[in-house]
Order: sequence, then C-alpha cells, then structure tokens
Amino acid sequence: MLTLKNHQKDQYKDEIDLTKRRFMIGTVGTSMLMAFGGAASLVGNASASEQLVNKSFQPNIWIEMNTEGEVLINITKAEMGQHIGTALARIVSDELGADWSYVRIRHVDTDPKWGFMVTGGSWSVFQSFKPLSQAGAAGRISLIDAGAKLLGVSAESCDTGNSYVISGSKSISFAEIIQRGKFDKILTPEEMAKLPLKPVKKLKLVGRKSQALDIPAKTNGTAKYGIDVELPDMVYARPVIPPTRYGSKVKKVDDKAAKSIDGYLGYEVITDPSETLQGWVVVLAKSYPVAMKAVQTIKVSYDKGPTANVSENDIQQEGTRLVDDKSQGFFFIDDGDVSSANSKAKSTISATYKTASAIHFPLEPLNATAEFVDGVCHVHTGNQWQSLTLPAISKALGLPAENVVMHQYYLGGGFGRRLFGDYAVPAALVAKKIGKPVKLIFTREDDSLFSQPRSPSVQRFDAAFGDSNELLAVEHALTAGWPTLAMAPGFMPESVDKKGRVDPFSSSGADHWYSIENQQVRLINNDLAQRTFLPGWLRSVGPGWIGWGVESFIDEIAIHRNQDPLDFRLALLDGKGKNSGGAQRLAHTLTLAKQASNWQQDLGSDEGMGVAVCGGQERTMPTWVTCVAKVHVNRDSGEVSLKKLTLVVDCGLVVHPDGALAQLEGSALWGASLALHEGNVFKDGQISKTNLNTYTPLRMNQLPELDIQFVKSEEQPVGLGEPGVIAVGPAIANAIYNAVGVRVRDLPIKSADIKGQLIS
Amino acid sequence: MIEFMLNGKKMTTSVSGDTPLLWVIRDEFKLTGTKFGCGIAMCGACTVHLNDQAVRSCVLPVSAVAGSQIRTIEGLENKHPLQKAWVDEQVPQCGYCQSGQIMQGATLLSQNPNPSEEDIVNHMSGNLCRCMAYKRIKSAIKAAASTSAGTVEIYDPQAEIAKEIS
Repeated sequence: MLTLKNHQKDQYKDEIDLTKRRFMIGTVGTSMLMAFGGAASLVGNASASEQLVNKSFQPNIWIEMNTEGEVLINITKAEMGQHIGTALARIVSDELGADWSYVRIRHVDTDPKWGFMVTGGSWSVFQSFKPLSQAGAAGRISLIDAGAKLLGVSAESCDTGNSYVISGSKSISFAEIIQRGKFDKILTPEEMAKLPLKPVKKLKLVGRKSQALDIPAKTNGTAKYGIDVELPDMVYARPVIPPTRYGSKVKKVDDKAAKSIDGYLGYEVITDPSETLQGWVVVLAKSYPVAMKAVQTIKVSYDKGPTANVSENDIQQEGTRLVDDKSQGFFFIDDGDVSSANSKAKSTISATYKTASAIHFPLEPLNATAEFVDGVCHVHTGNQWQSLTLPAISKALGLPAENVVMHQYYLGGGFGRRLFGDYAVPAALVAKKIGKPVKLIFTREDDSLFSQPRSPSVQRFDAAFGDSNELLAVEHALTAGWPTLAMAPGFMPESVDKKGRVDPFSSSGADHWYSIENQQVRLINNDLAQRTFLPGWLRSVGPGWIGWGVESFIDEIAIHRNQDPLDFRLALLDGKGKNSGGAQRLAHTLTLAKQASNWQQDLGSDEGMGVAVCGGQERTMPTWVTCVAKVHVNRDSGEVSLKKLTLVVDCGLVVHPDGALAQLEGSALWGASLALHEGNVFKDGQISKTNLNTYTPLRMNQLPELDIQFVKSEEQPVGLGEPGVIAVGPAIANAIYNAVGVRVRDLPIKSADIKGQLIS
Repeated sequence: MIEFMLNGKKMTTSVSGDTPLLWVIRDEFKLTGTKFGCGIAMCGACTVHLNDQAVRSCVLPVSAVAGSQIRTIEGLENKHPLQKAWVDEQVPQCGYCQSGQIMQGATLLSQNPNPSEEDIVNHMSGNLCRCMAYKRIKSAIKAAASTSAGTVEIYDPQAEIAKEIS
C-alpha cells in the first residue's frame, strides 16, 4: 500500500527512538512536523520547514507524522492501568481522520515543552478531550489544505478518513501528502482553540470498541516498568526507613555484620536539603538481594522524631476532639441560616463516622534509578506528577530544574502513591554522592513504611428536623491530615469565611448535590496526623472518605423520617439553585439503578440492599454514580458477604468503552476492598500492617457479582478512574443496616463491630 | 556453581545459593517479565514454573532449583492460549501482576481441561491483582479453557527441538 522511495528509506534508517520504531521527526523537506501552539514561533509566516527547525509546540499536544503516514502521538499522562494513551490517541486520531492502525503513542520525558505534567484526579480525559480534539482538527485542516492543492480541488470540498484526504471520488493518502505536499496552513493556538469539535455521530474511534495499545506487552513480560530499568555499572540500593517520617536523626550506624556479606558495598547517610528524607540511611550492594540481606543485619540508632509514639487511636481521638469543638476549622459551605433553623428543631440526630488509615499498596514496590550524565541527573521511574516531583529532586540535589530529567515507564500501580515521587529523591542523592548510577528499590515493607497513607478521618453530622419531621438543617464537620497542605499548598483555595486556606482534596464530596436549605460544612486539619505522616492522595481522595459519612448519614436521615432511602435521595436531588443540571443527572442514575438492582426485591433472610450515590471527584468535574450493594450478614459472626454491586454511571461520552468498564470494575472492587478488607493502623508513629500477611486487599475468592451500566450520553466526557470507588463503602454499610439493623460508622467495616452491636 | 534449565536453555550462576531465584532470573539472566511484589510468596507476581508446577520465585533459593526446569513468562513465547485470551478479554490494567497470573493460570489448564468457576477461584486466589481485574482474569481463563477440549499443553521449547531433530 504505502511505498517508500529508496532515499527516504535511507533517511529513516539511522533514526531510532526508544520504541525502536521509525517515528523520529524526520528530515526537513520530506517530512512534516505538525506544530501546535508555542505562540511565538507559530505566529507569522514561518514555513513548515522553519517550524521543524524551531520545534515549537503547544505544551500539552504533540503529533508527529512521517512520510509513511505513521502518526505518533505523544502522551504526557502516566500509564498506570487506565489505558490513557489509547483513549487520548483515539481522541486525536478521530479528528485527524487517521487510520488507527498507523497510530502509535509515546510516553514522554519531562522536557519543559510539555508544560505541567500530572496524571491524577481523574482529570486526563476531561481536561484533554477538547484540546486534543482541536489538535487533531488542526492537523486535519493542514493536511486538507496541502492535499486539496495536490488533488486540484478546493479545500472546502475535502474531508479526511482512514488517513486519506478525500474530495468526492478523488483521494490522496496522508503519506503522499507528506511526501509531496507543502504545508502552508498551520493554525495559531488562538485559531486552534476556536475550532469546533466534530459532532459525536461523526466520530469513528471515540466511543467504539477498541483494544488498548499497552495490553499485549503486559501479557508476555515485555512491558517495561521502572523496576526493570538497568543502566551500565549501576549499584543496587535499599533504604533503611527511619522510625518516623519527620524529625529522626541518625546517631550511629553499625554495619559490622554486613561486611561479611559478599557483594556488600557499604552505606550512605543521607543529607537532603529538600527535607523529603529525614534520618535516612541507604545501603549499597552489587545486587539487590545482597542489599536486602545487608539491611537486615545493619543496626542504625536514631534520635527519634517527635511522633515516634503516635498511634491510630491518638490521631482519631484528636479528630473527634476537633469535630466536637465548634470553634475549630473554617467553613467550606455556609448556606441558609443553620442556627435559626436549629432553633425550630423538634428532633435532632447526630452521628460520627471514622475511616482508618489506608495505603495504596501498588504492586510494583517504589523504586527509581538515577544517573548523572554531563551534569544532568536522569531519573528513571514511573511517576504521576512530574511537575511536583522534579522540583523536589532538583532542590535535594541543589541543581537547577533544567539539570534534572525524569524518564517515564509503565507504572505498576499508581493509585495516587506515585503522584509525589519522594521515592526518587534517595536514588538521585546517592547517585550524586557515589558518582555511579544507582537503582534503589524499596522492599514491600519499606514501601509501606514510607507510604503516603490516606489519613485517618473523623466526620460529625448533626441534623435538625421540624414539626412534620421535615429536614431543616445539617451541620457537617470533618477532619483529616491534608495531602495538599503537605505536598502542594499552592493549590489550596481560601475558605468561604476567608479565615484560612483549605484542602480542596479533603473537602470535595461534602459539597454534594442534595438540596439542603440550611447547611454548614466545617473543615479542620488534623494537625497530629499532619505531623505524624505524609497524608496521601489515595484513589478517590477526599470523596473516598467524605462520601462514607455523607451517604451513610443521608440514610440515617431517611430512616429517621421513615422514608425509603432511595426515594428520599430522589426527592433531595431536585436540581434547585446551585444543583441545577447535575442533580437531575445524578437522580437519573438513581432511577436506573433502582430498576437494574431490583431494589429491595428478592432478598433472603439477613440479606439487605443499600444505596449510595456520588458526584465524582469534584463538583466542577462531576461524574454521576449510583451504587446498590447487596449483602448477607452472618448474625453469629457478624461477617459480611458482599453478594452484588450494581453501578449506574453517567460520565458523559465514553471515549474508550472497554477501558472505561475496566476502570469501573476495578474501582468498584477498590471500594469494596477499602470497606471490607483493608484499613491500616498507626502504631509507634508508623504504619503497622506492611505486607500481605496483615494488610489484606480483596482477592478473587471475595469477588462479588458486578453489574455496571453506563448512561448513554453525548455530553463532555469526565473522569472515571476514581469515582467508582466512592459510593461502594456507604452502599455496603446501608445494606448491612437493611439486612440486620446495625449501623456501622467505622471504615473498614469489622465483623466484630457488627457482632457486638447485634448482641447489645 | 548452580546449574538449571531456564526456558529450555542451560544456565549457570555463581551467586550465593540462598539468593532467591527471582533475582537471578531478573538481574543476572535479564528476564524481567517476572516481577517482585511482596517478597513473602503472598502476591504471586513472581510466579514461575518449577518442573511444570507454579512456584513463588521470590522465596525460592536458587540452590533449590539446581538441575530443574524453570519456565518464566518469556518461556511461553506468546504461544500460550492464555496470552491470547488475556488480550481478547483486555485483562491487564497496570499489568504488573499479569505475568504471575498467566503462569499460575497455565498450571491450572495443564491439569484441568475444563475448570469450574470454583476450580479457577481456588487456583487463582493466591495471586493478588491490585487493580482488581479479577473478573476478567476469570473470564480469560474460561475462554482459554473453552478453546481446547483437552488440557492445555504448555509450549516446551525442548520438545519442539526434539521434534525437529527427529
């Protein structure tokens, strides 16, 4: 089909990139580089050739095409199982009119031209859909302009499809256009940003069944993760994790026993100007198993940090104190007049919900490999938030940011643990110190001890009811360690009462879509949590623990009013005022889930159904989910069997349907696992469940039946990696109540708690 | 010196005999498809075949495999029906556990041509998938089982060589 002239083949011969495919930019004159953005160089009459030389790009987009018609789409997002490269490449290719079989993707390094690099928050498709569609459209316009001239037709008569520019019965391939054409028309970023998107019915890739590009390599051992990186002459390293996250100092290191181990190379005591690492020792060896063994024999004595005795219970007690003290914290929501509504109350209920610390436990233990080449530190590691991690590495090394480059690999699980890449700092520091490449791997236990746990949390709710038992007001106070305060304080907006800054990732979800006239939400940072550990963003983040309280308490309110919890939710989702639009879409998923789950029908003895909803990660990027859980509770043991989860999801247009379903399957089970099988415990200042003998995520023998349905929609696509987690926990708790009348308020749900309540 | 067969090839290592097989395979012989997960034989990411049985290479001292046949994911050479089923069913998410899942699953199909739901769950529940792609792991095993009436023989490069010679 596509033929190459010999001289062109020769030109490609020496151009080999990381993927070993011929996708290099190409030579000026025979290949085209579509440059998007980069205001300066694209304004004016720069020719395509000049642009090739100038290499100026809009930060978030980069399409490369060659004379064979191959399309390389650069992906700035981390691949951690969500098949994001496939979804984003299909968005670009659809507008471009490319033949999917010619499309390849590349996960790029941290060249500043890519702009801000983060993969999290379920933002990728939501934020990229429009600009990537426009990038593809701009490419199409350039190809049509050049192709029309070659065909001798007007540009207006042309369209693209299957990598051809087509005008009536005439057509020319992209490859031929690139070989022969002249590219005069390249849009400015301003022009590009105004391009209309193709109507959904004209899309041929988006929303259609497809196979993910990263999957084949993940079935034959060839997929390369950070832990698979190998550099010549590298030294292996394992850290000795200090007794506290902050403030520990190394007093003495005794490595007498290690010296007799063949391959042991000594240790380094780390000085880290970025203060990411405090009280660190790193052990070096010729192989990783030797490093593992050596750490076991080395005795490090410390001046322990101030939180060395803190327990999970201490953090939760502090949390309870904070939510009970109304003088604490800042308002996130202050609607209506709560105190006046409260004064009319005929009855009230209140409840306190807690969640235990939880850890990400990515199956690929944390690791990074670092080396210095000509004064530049190259860090090889899977990472989700390069724009946060790279400055920390640069500060630790005392080098300007331009002297640090991060290279991306597949992530063996992200879930938020690989956002801030603190784990890359020790590899970089040791590589600098010893002047050799260093591959530093955490053992599973090291990884858990150095985790960024989802903070223990406490939430208190107070509801007031009027004469006819109508809901008058709700007060909600919530506290936890705040990840954003610890890692990215610049992202914290001011509270509504202007008294301070609040963590949006520890408050989202409290701003639900129910219409409650008088409502206050008070946010308090749990300072003891903040000082004891580095609170992490764990998949589903704020809504993941806040939803536990909100959706359980809504059930308690419904029960107080003797109303069916599902119908009560429908009534509260009236879409009035600020909830207009979103509440109706959420209500629609509730209605569909009511049918799909056969709500409250066909229940055996001690079985129950519970419902919960969520609005996704943020009100400004809502994903509408209803979850119905069906459980059986063993009255003797208190043990909960999760029978079935029904989820109805409205995420707008589904870009990569099978990938979307996979994310929902995984996230729903994450919700079940966090609710029933996980939960960690701080003991003596550290996470105490560090491996699978004590930390026990859900396994195949605990798999419930899953029924997941998407609402058919042409609305803008929104986030999907996390929202499926949120409603599952409270749906299970509400189902337990409906099964045996026990209200569970602590997450994870423990059979002993249920059994205890059943006895009393 | 410890000698063993790795994917049909004779290999010799001089590492200390207590070195877990995993690191010899990955770092000395450069077959990185086998993964390090928990280090205590409870996640299954490091699963390989020792004389056709699934074992956890993270706790298996290399001295224990002297003279034995070891097969890794690379040894399936993309020819095992489970590998195709894994793509057809779009099983992997992050993919880190999947070499181990496939190696574990392969030993089920080599013994049991038609595993029941319960057989699959019993055989696979020692393998953790942190992305929780369990539903698809199950369906892929069922799909691979249904493509063959008998047990699924695992590709054996030595047998192939023997066939070619004869």
